[in-house]
This record gives sequence, C-alpha cells and structure tokens, in this order.
Amino acid sequence: MTELIFFINQVVISGAVLGCIYALGAVGITLVFGILRFAHFAHSELMTSGAFFAFLLAALFASWGIVTPIPLGFVVLPIAMVMSAIFALGIDKGFYAPLRKRGAKPVILLIASIGVTLMVQGLIRLFFGAGSYSFFETETKDVFRVDLAWLGSTRPLVITEPQLLMIIVTVVSVLALHFFLTRSRLGKAMRAMADNADLAQVSGINTALVVRVTWIVAGALACMAGTMLALDVTLKPDLAFNIIIPIFAAAIVGGLGQAYGAIAGGLLIGFAESLAVFNWTMVLRPLNGVLPEWAQLPATLSFVPTEYKLTVAFVILVVVLLVRPTGIFKGASS
Amino acid sequence: MALLELKHVVGGYGGAPILNGVNMAIEQSDIGVIVGPNGAGKSTTLKAIFGLLKVTGGTIEFLGESIANSLPDKLVPRGLSFVPQEKNVFTSMSVEENLEMGAFTRKDDFSETMQWVYEMFPVLAEKRRQPAGELSGGQRQMVAMGRALMSKPKLLMLDEPSAGLSPRYVIEIFETIVRVNQEGVGILMVEQNARQALAFASKGFVLAQGQNRFTGTGQELIADPEVAKSFLGG
Repeated sequence: MTELIFFINQVVISGAVLGCIYALGAVGITLVFGILRFAHFAHSELMTSGAFFAFLLAALFASWGIVTPIPLGFVVLPIAMVMSAIFALGIDKGFYAPLRKRGAKPVILLIASIGVTLMVQGLIRLFFGAGSYSFFETETKDVFRVDLAWLGSTRPLVITEPQLLMIIVTVVSVLALHFFLTRSRLGKAMRAMADNADLAQVSGINTALVVRVTWIVAGALACMAGTMLALDVTLKPDLAFNIIIPIFAAAIVGGLGQAYGAIAGGLLIGFAESLAVFNWTMVLRPLNGVLPEWAQLPATLSFVPTEYKLTVAFVILVVVLLVRPTGIFKGASS
Repeated sequence: MALLELKHVVGGYGGAPILNGVNMAIEQSDIGVIVGPNGAGKSTTLKAIFGLLKVTGGTIEFLGESIANSLPDKLVPRGLSFVPQEKNVFTSMSVEENLEMGAFTRKDDFSETMQWVYEMFPVLAEKRRQPAGELSGGQRQMVAMGRALMSKPKLLMLDEPSAGLSPRYVIEIFETIVRVNQEGVGILMVEQNARQALAFASKGFVLAQGQNRFTGTGQELIADPEVAKSFLGG
C-alpha cells in the first residue's frame, strides 16, 4: 500500500499537474492553428509573459498588504489573463496581421513567430534578468498530507495547495471552453472557420472578429498555463520555452485543430513523462530481500533518466504519427 | 429597378481579366440561369458579385446600391446569399449548426426561419444532430442551400447545384430551387445541365469568353437554333 501511495504521489499527481499545463498550452496552439493555419511558436512566450504579469500583480497585491486564503497567484489570475489576451491581440496586430494582409505563407508566419519568441524573451530578460523568481517568497505553500494509515500505508498522500487548485482550475476552464465552443454563437463560428474558412466567409461570418476571439482565448489560456507552471516550479524567463516541444507534441498527437484532442494529448504526454522518469526501485525495493546478490536493484531504475524527459514526447509523437497520422482526434494533416 | 443589376462588369483574379463586360438584370421573382462553355466566366460572375474577386470595371447594383467589391459579411445582411460548388458544408458540424452559421449575421430570433428550412427539406430535420460530413451528396447540397437560406436572402446564388449528383437528385434539387423561388427568393445559378435548367429559367444568360453571347428567357434560348447548336449540344 505504501508503494501504491508513493506511486500516486510521484506519477499520478505530478502527471496530472504537468498534463494540465500541457493541455492548456496545447489548446491555444491548436486553436490558433485551426483558425490561422500556422504553428504559433511564440505560444511559449505568451505563457511566460502571462506568468510574469501574474507575478507582478501578485507582488503588487502583496505590497498592499493583501492577504488571501489561497495563493495570490490564483487570485490575480483573471486580471493577468485579461492582460495576456490584450498582449496576444497586440502581437497579432503588430506582427502577424500585416503578414496575413500580404498573403504570407504559413511558413513565413511560423518564422515570424520564432522572431516574436526571441523578442519577448529578450524583453523579459531586459526587465527581470536571467534569474528565477518564486511566487512563494512572502506566502507559504500549503501542503496537504492525507494520512492513509487506515489503508495500511505508512506514507501520506501528498498534494500541495497550488497543485490541487491547478487541477480544479483546469477542469473548470476546459468545461467553460467546451460550452463556449458548442453553445455560443462565436464559439461555433470559431469551429466553422477552423472547419472551412472560405465557407465561413461566404456565410457572412465576421472572420476578423473570430481571429480576435481566438487570440483572446489562446492568450488567456496561455497565461493560465504559464502561471500554473510558475506556481508549481519557479518563474524564469525561459519558463515555457523549455516545454514548448512537448506542448506542440500534445497538440499534434491530439490532432491539430482539435481542442479536445489537445487536452487529451496534453494529459497523455504529461502522464507519460511522469511515468517515464518514475524511479521503480522505490516501489520494488522489498524485492531486494528475496533477490540474489548479483540481481540487486540499482539505486535508480526508471524507463528514461530525468534529463532525457523531453524525448518521451517525441517517442509518443512518432508512434502516434506512424499509427494515426492525423492524430488521435483526426485533425488537419497539413 | 432590378433586384440585381450588372453592367459591363470587368474583373478577375489579378492577372488578365476573366470577365470582359457581363450584363445581367435579375428580379426577385426570377430564376436566372447562367450557362456556357468551360472557362466562360460563369462561376467567376457569381464570385465577382459576392466580392470574392476584384471587380475592376463596370457596376454591380443590388437594390439600387453599388455593391462591387463588398465583402460577404456586408452582403449577407443585405439579402444576398451564395452556395459555392464544392466544400459547401461544415463537415465537422451538425446539420443544425450548419444552419445556425448561415444565420450568423442575424441578431434576431431565427428559429422560424429554421422551421421554414426544415419544412422545405424534411430529411434535414431528421438528421439535425448528425455531422454534415456524414450525409450523402444530395443531402449535403440541401444543407448548403438551407444554410444560405437562413439569412432570409432576397437573392440566392448557386454555383452548379447539380454537380456530382445522380440524375434523380438533380431533378429533386431543381424542383427545390423552383419551390424556393415560389417562396419569394430570387435565384441566380450557374448550371452545367444547361437544357434542363433553362427549361424552368425565367432568364437565361449564355456566357462565352467573359461576355454575354445570348440573353433571353429560358424557353427562347432553348428554341434559338444558334444557342442550341453551339452551347446545348445540338
């Protein structure tokens, strides 16, 4: 039992948290791809800058002496999301919209987004330096320990308050996104444009408005993902840049353009990464007693060493593309 | 004043013009049919009216106002609808959602219009929850027409509505078009099944090389030996 709880702590909880972050990031990428047909590389910078917006707001609130029952990072999240949405709209207006007007090909927009990545990252370094920050300098990170002695476990189930809130916030936002896409007029128009942009225009759908709404949704979700990541680990200028590859993999695995696919892909890769680096020795240690001398378990026994965690996303990506080239949810192939 | 009037329209995709002076006048009571050989500019004429390509000369007036180079999101609320030839349904969306997208520009309650469309195409009411991509070619054409009718247009433009349909469905689609017209919607369509379509057309236009070659009622055009010889296959 102790081993099972250890497994849940190490794999299920951290996998769920990672999966939530990947899922929220991948949804934005997939929505932008569906509407504008290009791979938006700078999505990682929307996440990082969103986290910095939240960090600044939290610092501001803390300096006013505001104390809240839940971490300030979550309290300021809605405001930071609005700021990120505006930021995303600004980036589109400044860089991508002029290119689209000239009829630029998707690959040119992709290169432009790499340029935006470098610019935004440079700006963040200019103001904040290359160091890392913590949301929990003035607050403490509450840790819930659920005692499971009655189940025969000597270890408690451990989940931090930010982790628990992250999972709740993600579930709520995914549900909200679902209702937006299936019930609201604009959400349906977004799906229509992703399905067939020419027909959407012919139907009289205001495609410029749909593009704006897409950036608002993508920017807000990116801010949420970035802030959560910063709350779980630490905030630094290359916070999300380091995980843009698994996020893209999640979007592709789920099927590009498919919002639900991106969520499924994000969770899949999040869990797979946690599972891949899990140290099985911790669970299998009791076997050392029965195993002969020469077959003793090594100190660490995992599928993949931690420093190669990134390869997990690639392996899943390659396998899915081989078996089902359009992704789990049958997205666009180009 | 005609509902839609084209005078000497010149236009194309940027290079040499494809339309070299198209003239047309359609009333709300009309069924207008455009026929002609491949590359004559039939579909291009519809696209020019709907703002999907650049009009460089001549005038296009709808209800007496110039609409040349206006975009669809301005034209649909004015009462103009267009059904493209291919890819004319949102395949991943349900039939009902397809219809809703046709009403995107409307701010009022469109449930009555949806009822009207379902009465016209009862099979769509049965399949309202099904993704449009799962329907047959003929049913998809109905979804496409239904979507275009959701904005309550005064003029419905159709680009080869019978393309790729079996003969049975061709007749059904033509009957539906006549019925839509009787409900007070003007029709302007491009058709390959020229003889069949001209038979019920109140106005027929034979285009060749981006210009009107013959204009008249459908019956007149069918009866004209020259039209029959050159454009209707004898």
